[in-house]
Amino acid sequence: MSATRAEIAVVAVAELFRGDGEIVASPMGYIPSLGAKLARLTFEPDLLLSDGEAYLIDVEGTVEGWQPFRKMLDTIVPHGRRHVVMGANQIDKFGNQNISAIGDHARPAKQLLGVRGAPGNTANHRTSYWVPRHSPRVFVESVDIVSGVGYDNAAKAGLKYHDVHRVVTNLGVFDFATPDHSMRAVSLHPGVTPEEVAAASGFDIDLSSAGVSREPTDEELRLIRDLDPKGLRDKEVPS
Amino acid sequence: MADKRMTADDVAAEVRDGMTIGIGGWGSRRKPMALVRALLRTPVKDLTVVSYGGPDVGLLYAAGKVRRVVFGFVTLDSIPFDPWFGRARETGAIEVTEYDEGMFAAALSAAAQRLPFLPLRAGLGSEVMRVNPGLRTVRSPYAGGEELVAVPAQELDVALVHLNRADARGNAQYLGPDPYFDDVFCLAAKKRFVSVEKVVETAELTGPVQSLLLNRGCVDGVVEAPRGAHFTTAVPDYGRDERFQKHYVACAKDLDAWPGFVDRFLSGDERQYLSEVDRFEAAA
Repeated sequence: MSATRAEIAVVAVAELFRGDGEIVASPMGYIPSLGAKLARLTFEPDLLLSDGEAYLIDVEGTVEGWQPFRKMLDTIVPHGRRHVVMGANQIDKFGNQNISAIGDHARPAKQLLGVRGAPGNTANHRTSYWVPRHSPRVFVESVDIVSGVGYDNAAKAGLKYHDVHRVVTNLGVFDFATPDHSMRAVSLHPGVTPEEVAAASGFDIDLSSAGVSREPTDEELRLIRDLDPKGLRDKEVPS
Repeated sequence: MADKRMTADDVAAEVRDGMTIGIGGWGSRRKPMALVRALLRTPVKDLTVVSYGGPDVGLLYAAGKVRRVVFGFVTLDSIPFDPWFGRARETGAIEVTEYDEGMFAAALSAAAQRLPFLPLRAGLGSEVMRVNPGLRTVRSPYAGGEELVAVPAQELDVALVHLNRADARGNAQYLGPDPYFDDVFCLAAKKRFVSVEKVVETAELTGPVQSLLLNRGCVDGVVEAPRGAHFTTAVPDYGRDERFQKHYVACAKDLDAWPGFVDRFLSGDERQYLSEVDRFEAAA
């Protein structure tokens, strides 16, 4: 079986949770939710899956816990045993993320959601990002409004639980494991060239040590296709 | 024994120019829309709206009621952005206090606990601290001396919330999966009004006792408002009216279409609103 780009991305998101154990995974978006389910069905069977509403559920949808929004904010986030995968309208080389607004905060060119939980997530527990369309509009030199906190701002603020883990996009997987915590390519998806990533990014990413994102196993492919029989993953990331 | 039943218009008449009003629910979920619609029919203005924002924020802005919004987000959930809120921000027409979701909860909790602030990590390092220049930090007096955000108490003049059931005395029950922060909104407010799908006898407030979210000690008025959260959710009584929400968004995006929406749905009373909604549904 050969995997589509969307299926490569699902596996890359699943890999975000490797080693997380019995913590709350909060995937925002369709491919992140497929990735979290895949991780739970394979190498991270103890993951707690948030459905984005008031429930903790297993892959079949059986409710195993109650986690309304207030509990999320009062205890789950500050307690820290959580790994969220958020979206990003903008992200910069130190992992600062913006979902609030584009332009000047006083009078934005485009109002987005607001900072939502991004400041609290990045101050309290592991946070990763999912960007379905890697482009210079998203990968910017500096974000307009820091919602999720990146490494430079976390250091200035002394955030002791700051942990921006990785960014997964339709082109590759990126982390911040460089001496100055600037973005580095961990792997590019099969068929993606370094030139393509450089052209799609508004700042320089260290591409020197990038490997190739791993292909799903046959078993993983079967699970992904069972989880998403209508192929909605291909709408989020076309091949 | 106090009978706190009143009408949505009675509640709206309690709101004065310049007040700070908290609106319960979350996004496009269990919003006290009948109470919001009653507010739209009053001449009140210059409100500070404190909300985990949904269509309540956009509708109040569109009607010229809003001076400031205190928020962590404004979203319609199944539709990410509210066009009216976008327009308000992009034209610089309103002031805002933007918070992280947890900071917002802490601000209400501080008011509910009569504390001047609560300490929190959320916000540190983010531009919430820059865009809210009044925010201060506080250093832990204990070992480590960690610096934290001192989230100031957000007191409310009026809280408006919508639950599923209540008795006439103000004991109120939610039957869906999530209480949101509705009791905290009430505890943070001087006057507290709850609309419900149905007013019942106290003995009929059956179900898990934990679902009795509000006791009558924190409720000043009860409004029976069937479908009073429409077009947002009030599960299990009903889910979101996605078709109507799409219609709202389409009209809100188009300034030529908006007056027609107002005429049809918002110019009359709640009974007319619901009958027009029925007609809209029947035309599907």
